[in-house]
Order: sequence, then structure tokens, then C-alpha cells
Amino acid sequence: MDLSAARGALVQEARELLTNMENALLESEREGATPERVNAVFRAAHTIKGSAGLFALDLIVSFTHVMESVLDRVRNDSMELDAPLLSTMLKCGDYLGRLMDAVDEGRDSEDPDPVARESLLATLQGLLGAGAAAGAAAALTVPEARVERQESGVNVSNENWHLSLRFGRDILRSGMDPLSFIQYLSGLGTIAYLYTLTDQLPAAADMDAESCYLGFEIDLVSTADKATLESVFDFVREESRIRILPPRARIAEYIELIDSLPESRQKLGEILVAGGTLTQAELNEVLKLQAAVAEESGSIPRLGELLIQEHMVQPPVVAAALSKQRQGEERRHPENRVVKVEASKLDALINLVGELVIASAGARLLADRSRQSVLVEAMGEVGQLVERIRDGALNLRMIPIGEVFQRFPRVVRDVSQELGKKIELVITGADTEMDKSMVEKLADPLLHIVRNAIDHGIEPVEDRQAAGKTEQGRLSLNAYHESGCIVIEIGDDGRGLNADRILAKAVERGLVAADAVLSREEIHQLIFLPGFSTADVVTNLSGRGVGMDVVRRSVEALRGEIVIHSEPGEGSTFSIRLPLTLAIIDGFQVALGDSVFVIPLDMVVECADMNETTGAQRIINLRGEALPYVRLREVFDLPPSQHDRESLVVVEYGHQRAGLVVDRLLGEFQAVIKPLGQIFRGIKGISGSTILGDGSVALIVDVASLIAISNTNTNGSPSRTGASPLTIEGKKS
Amino acid sequence: MSTLNHIETRPGQLALHGELSIFEAAELKNYLLARLAANDSLQLDLSGVSALDTSGVQLLLLLRNEALLAGKPIKWVDHSHAVRQVLQLLNLGSAFDAPADIVWS
Repeated sequence: MDLSAARGALVQEARELLTNMENALLESEREGATPERVNAVFRAAHTIKGSAGLFALDLIVSFTHVMESVLDRVRNDSMELDAPLLSTMLKCGDYLGRLMDAVDEGRDSEDPDPVARESLLATLQGLLGAGAAAGAAAALTVPEARVERQESGVNVSNENWHLSLRFGRDILRSGMDPLSFIQYLSGLGTIAYLYTLTDQLPAAADMDAESCYLGFEIDLVSTADKATLESVFDFVREESRIRILPPRARIAEYIELIDSLPESRQKLGEILVAGGTLTQAELNEVLKLQAAVAEESGSIPRLGELLIQEHMVQPPVVAAALSKQRQGEERRHPENRVVKVEASKLDALINLVGELVIASAGARLLADRSRQSVLVEAMGEVGQLVERIRDGALNLRMIPIGEVFQRFPRVVRDVSQELGKKIELVITGADTEMDKSMVEKLADPLLHIVRNAIDHGIEPVEDRQAAGKTEQGRLSLNAYHESGCIVIEIGDDGRGLNADRILAKAVERGLVAADAVLSREEIHQLIFLPGFSTADVVTNLSGRGVGMDVVRRSVEALRGEIVIHSEPGEGSTFSIRLPLTLAIIDGFQVALGDSVFVIPLDMVVECADMNETTGAQRIINLRGEALPYVRLREVFDLPPSQHDRESLVVVEYGHQRAGLVVDRLLGEFQAVIKPLGQIFRGIKGISGSTILGDGSVALIVDVASLIAISNTNTNGSPSRTGASPLTIEGKKS
Repeated sequence: MSTLNHIETRPGQLALHGELSIFEAAELKNYLLARLAANDSLQLDLSGVSALDTSGVQLLLLLRNEALLAGKPIKWVDHSHAVRQVLQLLNLGSAFDAPADIVWS
């Protein structure tokens, strides 16, 4: 089959499966292996093997085949998923990930890590013991030739393979058809006999024309081996009951087969005799033995028990049938209906929506001016719909931050093992959503902070015990929404930041004057300076001082900020605050003279009239609360107002509030954010621009920096933004 | 995307043209059962059936079952090559009076 078209899908599916596998393994490590978790791991390996097999990706197929053999032993309780095996399986997952990366890059036949492969295969095969997995590393077809047993009376005389197929209800809907399987089988040999069972076909009222109700009993003359025949059904095995009995199989296997099928024993017996699978005598033997065992145990032998007592021919076949029941249960969980969409299509859509918002605003303005009430009303409706489309489109880009968080359990596990520390990871708020593009850029900074916390924050066990803390350190990841932002907190209960040491190092490096007076928070922020590191020991992970400044720059590139709270001896919390969307916001228009500015509506708390106040302190008394404020005219260097009346807009960012004094309030407005050009990047107080309905330009204020300005204002003279925006004023219509 | 046409040349005499597959299955089921209900007997001309998949086979089986239950005879005539091929593969030829003459390679 041609891989080129399906390559992307194959790799993506495999990566998702590997994530599932890793999660199941980590959960098993923490809380113990359950059948569901073991099954999840098995299914991942099995499905990847199947998909890889379609495209003859032999490196993957042969490796997963061995994993599958081991996992199957775990599934039927003949092997334990102990700590060493868990670690091995995790490493197998990593290796498979690297194989998938190679496939993604088109290097299908290249082994990305032969050393790891050899070592892992050796470990796995050691577990399987001699024989069963011999040669599995080289090729898929495991030599299973020893199927004849010479004891008479125990084996049937049938020289043909017998296949019993009961396909799952949904396989037709999945695009598969029993006819193609049967045709394929006839290509592997000759079909000596085929019986189609229609017993499951319901009455007309209950029959779903797209469900599969047919079963087949087939006798096949073939020199193919069991693995080859089995692999024919790789894609349906999970939801179907596929039994393959070799030539001269044991009577016990036929007993078990008949027992396990839904049709009556008599009918099945007749089919098998009519087809020459069993002689009449053999059938009598089967039925007799069946009854004998039932008498002995006092019950009908449990499915598969007979086989397990005897020497099993091929575990997966039985295991598949046995676990069919369980898997049937698992499937009943409602699946999330998810559609995969190309990111570029989504971006194109959002751009269009942005244009729609602008055009709609323009049309709205014209409608208002026309003073035709019918038109105004119609435009109002359009405006509402546009708003909903806007919200819907932006929502498409939102994904839960849990997708980033989910890689951390593994990181924490590996790093804490490496360092010999005990660390518990607690994740909350994983379903808090943020813009997809931001999520990807956040992964590395978060990783670095987490590694730092483990490396330098959380103390080794002895130190913790000496300090009276619990042996196990606690690392927490949390996320939540707050006033138009998303806040991500990484907390630890380790030793906290040592402010004195940080200050000393900073002075030593000349980053800070020796006599400077800094608040504790300002000292904490010093660790973000390039080249800064107070770690005495530079470990593999951190301490080289190249991490934290990159972290802060990454956060700032996303128009966010990062704040540290830390108590010596108790721990630290890093808080990253990011705006929720980058594209379109609800804005609040204000005017300064002829210039229009937009304040993000999420950050607006309230508006009030501004009374003339005297006094150098830029603080007003708002219902008993002291609120610092700034006059935007001063901040942006506009000439003093001609009028007396001013308005006050109270804004909030994080836990800080300030007032912005403007001339006039103009109302709510959807702003499509257009980024500022390069030359404007350095201006504090402005975070973007937008186009108004009449085509003129309005600037979007940066609330965070204005609040900061208002704070410094309270200490004295007004501060400026350092640039005159007079040249940026928009044209009048 | 219906690639199947059905014609009732005379009351109870149906002819099917095109592919009898999962895409047409649901609609065809309703049609066939309705025709069975409306007539005392049916004749199904299969000469125009260009392809037949498991869904199609199941529908024919269903119709056969329902007819037996209702005591109404069905005649299956002029099986196309595709129909004969599939029915023979599944060893269902005798259920539908199909001649067994195709040799599978």
C-alpha cells in the first residue's frame, strides 16, 4: 500500500496511541495494574503493529510483535507487570516514538536507535523465554510449525485449517467487508468448505441494514502458517470473534469452539460434519467430552479453560476471543466526537471572520447614519450573528491546556528517579482552555520551570525530613481563567528562593548595583536575567543559566507576564498570566480629542465621571477605595483638553486596579487586533491597533503597563511613554 | 449517492439495477419490505446487479426470511455474474436458486 498519502495520519494515530500507552503505564506504576490499563497498553502496541503492517514498515511491525507477545502474557496473568517491566515498556514506547519520527520524515527503513532496539528486544525476549519469540526480531512470521500432536484420540483427523469467523456488528460501517476477507483467504489456499451462518439476522424491524450479522465456518487448505492467517484479521480482531484451528487440532479446541459460539451445539456439529471438518465419530467424541467435563466440574467449562489446561497453540487467538467481552464493555463508553482540522484552514477562517467583523461594523455605521430604523434593526441582527460567529470561530482555536500538562507526569517521574527524589505531581484545571497556537509555545517554558522546581526547588528526602516536611515533595500544576486572561501556576513545596543569595549573585555579576534597594519580588525577578544562576551544582538539567531568561522572553512574546511568589523553606509558585485571545477582543472605545482608543472590555470594571481633582497625588477616592489613575492625554503626550468634563474608566489586571482618565466614553466595540508595526514595538501603553467602522485607526491600550505607570505616578511626577503618538492619529472619515 | 435503481415492471415483479451495497442498503431495505407487504408474491430480477457486498447479501437474506414468515413465495431470476459469484463464495446459492457455475481462481 502506498504510504505517502496516509503517512501523516499513520504517525498521528500512532502518537496518540503511544500517549495512551504511556498514561496507562504511569497509572499502573502509581496505582497498580488493572485489566483496563493492561489492555490499553496491549491495544496500543497491537494497533500500531496492524497499521504499520499495512505499509510493510517492518522495523515497527517486528518490534511491536515482541511487545505484544510479552503484553499478552501479562493480559492472561502468566506474567506480572512489575516495576522493571513497566520501565522497559516505557522505554519501548519512547523507542516506538522515535521510529514514528523517522517514518514522519520519510526514513522508513532507518533504525533511529539500534542500541536501544537491541537492548529492549533482548530484555523482552528474555522475559518470553526460549522458543516462542525466537527469531521474532528478524521477521514477523514466528515459526509456529509444531502444531501436530501425535497422541491418537486427542486430535482430529482434519488436515485443513478451520476458521470460525463471527464478525463484529460495526465492521461494515468501518469500511470492511467479510467478502474481502474470504476472498483474501482463498488467495492463501483453497477454501474446501464454507458455511454462512445467518442465525444472527434479526427480524425486519430490528435489522440495521448497515450492521453485520453474518458468521462463517470455513475449512481452508493452506500451507500458510498460523500467524499469516491470523494477520488477515488484524483489523477486525478486536470487535470480532476470530478462531483459527490448525490442521489436526486437539479435540479440546473444537469443544471450546462449539462452546463459545452463539449457535446451538447441534447446529454447529452438523455444520462441522457436513463440511468435513469433523467426522461424525469425532463430533460424538467432542460432545461426550463436553458433557464429561461439565459433570466433573459441576458446571459448563469456562470459556477457554479447556484450552488453557491443554497446550495452547497460539495465545492471541484465544485471548482475543476471551477479552472480546471485556472490550465490548469498554467500547460502550461514549467517544468524544472530534474532527481533525488543518491549523492553516482554521487561521484562514479566523482571518475572514476578522474581516467580517470590520465590514459589519462599517455597515452598521452607515445604517446608523441613514437613520432608517428598519435598516438599523436589521444591522443589529447581523451584528449579533457576527458576534456569535466570531466567538464560535475563536472557540475553535481553544484547546484544553491539559494537552500540555499531560506530558509532565512522565517528565516528573523520570527526573525524580534520576535525582533520587520523591515527588508527587498534582494537576488541576487541565480543562482550562487557551488558544492553540499559544499552547505550543508554552510547552518549553513550562518544562523548564518544572525541571527547575524538581532540580533546585524540591529538596532531597533527607533534607525534607530534617526540615520536618513530608518525604514526598509536591509539585502542582494549575490553570484557570481570570478577567480575560489565563493563569498557569507551577508550585512546589520545596526550599523556596533564597533572596539573599540571588541578590548577592546579581551584585557579583554586575547585574545590580551593590547598594540598590529591591523589594523581594524584584529580587525574585532577577533570576530571569540572562546568564543568571545560583545553582552551586550545574546538573544535566539546569543550572547553566540559559533557561529562565528564555522562559520570560517566551512568555512576553505571548504578551504575558510571569510572577514569582516564594517563601524560604516553604516553596515557590511561578504564575504565568497570558491574554486569552490574540485575534479579536471585545473592546471599549474611548476618545481623547479626535483620537479614539480601545480598552479591552474584559479588563474594564466600571466607568464614572471624573471630577476635577487637585493635588499632586494621582489618586482618587472611589467609594472609599484609593484608586491610582493616569490621564491618557498625558501618557500619550496629547495637548491638554479643551473641555472640563472627563470620564474615568476603572480597569483591572490581575489584582491591581487603576483608573484611566479620558475625554469621552464611546461604547462597546469588537476590535479585530492588527499587530503594530516594528517601529512601534517599544511603546509602552499600546498593545495593538484596530480599524474602526469608519475606516480610521484606533490604538488598543496595554492595560498592564498603564497600571504600572499609575503606580509609579503615585510617587511623583507623571511618567511618559517616551514617544509621541501624534503622528499615529487616524484620518477622519 | 444512489447507484441503485429499482423498477417494478408489473405488480410484484421487481428489477434491480446497479450496485447493491451498504450505501444503498438502508433505503433498499425499506423499499423491498414495502413491495413484499404490497404483493402476494415477488419476483426479483437480478440481472442488472453489478456489484453485491455483505450488506446486499443480508438484505436478500432478510427479504427471503420475511417472505417465508409471511408465507409469500419469492422467485429469484436472472442472477447477474456478480450475484452468482458472491452467492457461490458464501455457499448461499441454493437459498436463492442461483446456479453454481462460477469457478473461483
